[in-house]
Amino acid sequence: MEWANIILQGVLVGGLYAMFAAGLSLIFGVMRLVNIAHGDLIVLAAYLALVVTETLGINPLASLAFVVPAMALIGYALQRGLLNQTLGDDLLPPLLVTFGLSVIIQNGLLELFTADSRRLQAGGIEVDSIQLGTGLAVGTLPLIQFALAVAVIAGLQWLFYRTALGRAFRATSDDQAMAQLVGLDNRRVFALAMALSLAVVAIAGVLLAIRTNFDPAIGPARLIFGFEAVIMGGLGSMWGTLAGGVILGVAQAIGAQIDPGWQVLAGHIAFLVVLAVRPQGLFPKVQG
Amino acid sequence: MPDTLLEVRSLDAFYGDFQALFGVSLEVAAGEVVAVIGANGAGKSTLLNSIAGLVHARGDAILLAGEPVGGVPAYGMAARGVALVPEGRRLFPSLTVEENLLIGGQLGRPGPWNLPRVYDLFPVLAQRRHAPSPSLSGGQQQMVAIGRALMSNPKLLLCDEISLGLAPIVVRDIYGRLPTILSEGLSLVIVEQDIVQALAAANRVYCLQEGRVVLTGTAGSLTREAISAAYFGV
Repeated sequence: MEWANIILQGVLVGGLYAMFAAGLSLIFGVMRLVNIAHGDLIVLAAYLALVVTETLGINPLASLAFVVPAMALIGYALQRGLLNQTLGDDLLPPLLVTFGLSVIIQNGLLELFTADSRRLQAGGIEVDSIQLGTGLAVGTLPLIQFALAVAVIAGLQWLFYRTALGRAFRATSDDQAMAQLVGLDNRRVFALAMALSLAVVAIAGVLLAIRTNFDPAIGPARLIFGFEAVIMGGLGSMWGTLAGGVILGVAQAIGAQIDPGWQVLAGHIAFLVVLAVRPQGLFPKVQG
Repeated sequence: MPDTLLEVRSLDAFYGDFQALFGVSLEVAAGEVVAVIGANGAGKSTLLNSIAGLVHARGDAILLAGEPVGGVPAYGMAARGVALVPEGRRLFPSLTVEENLLIGGQLGRPGPWNLPRVYDLFPVLAQRRHAPSPSLSGGQQQMVAIGRALMSNPKLLLCDEISLGLAPIVVRDIYGRLPTILSEGLSLVIVEQDIVQALAAANRVYCLQEGRVVLTGTAGSLTREAISAAYFGV
């Protein structure tokens, strides 16, 4: 029963990793941009939520109503004002610029909020749990987290395959020049994709900040978790991203149970194993 | 000429340092079919890509209904009613047949073309509407590419080598639909290596050689000898 409990916790944490990953995979899928600042943007969203909750005195989950649109707006402006200029045949310029952005965000947050660890208080749901049977219990927060992750993934999947905007994302990803010929302004499409990515980042950031302590330096590690989940899942489906996140979460939970120092290492090992056995990921992109 | 829809005035086009077009001028009247012929590398596709906004052009080198549109990006040209059926078809591989058509119409320009009309024109596409576009035969893919361009209800349709790589019977079938397409009043520029096909379909012909217009005239007035001379530069 103890192991069932551990695996269940791992699955639920995997939902959070899937949300780290979903925004990354969306951006890479649409515009082949590897956003090194992704983790730091998650932390930025967490601090934004901190300011909103402290200023307005509202629950962190309610702060999503502010943080999500604000991050989407930041994403749109960031893409139009900066990142669009770096895109081209060469993958390196956007990589370098987002790396620089990562440094700027970390140091900006350090200046504004110091290096102290912070946390969002969500009025008890962090410690509440639901008893599922003898010895098996799930925390309310991880459950909310996982339910939100499934909803976000399902929403993205629906948007990609059932809406005109999703069609525009896929067409632009397939062939940028041809997409322009049918009237799609690729710079605008990219900006919308980044806005959507950072809207997901906002949800992930707020949930992270309720779950654990955060400080300005934790972004890069979240980026790595996101990357690992994307690559394990493959780029073919958003559900793959969820599967990747869950594998990472379960591996970390099992590692932590064996030895607390092995938590992160076990996740990396699972990643390497998947990469060695199935380098295209679990749900690879179908090539025409 | 009455109602000039497209006017190209001494257009130069470059790929980096390489100059592909030298002072090319061309006119297309409303409702007219113009063929551009020439050997490989003569600059035919570059000319179409310049008109469509994919290759940069000087502002006043391209006029659409009198408006200077050189340098307008491709999505701006699409909004102004210029559609390109590109060489090699270039369907969106991750989209189904129907999605490829729908994305062609995503600008919402008003006009006679919509999904049912395109399926009327190419009934085989209606049967394959939910198929992934790469699973279609070459001829069917070409039909999707033409349908996708028509979905934007263009004033000017540019067709680049629509016969390339297709069986002659399929080419005849596709060219057989041109009268239906033209009955809606749009203008057509076709680039072709198949001269017989081009001459049969066009009102007027421009022959390009090494980036320059070397011969022009009505399709009926050009002799085979004149065309061969212009084509091969002998």
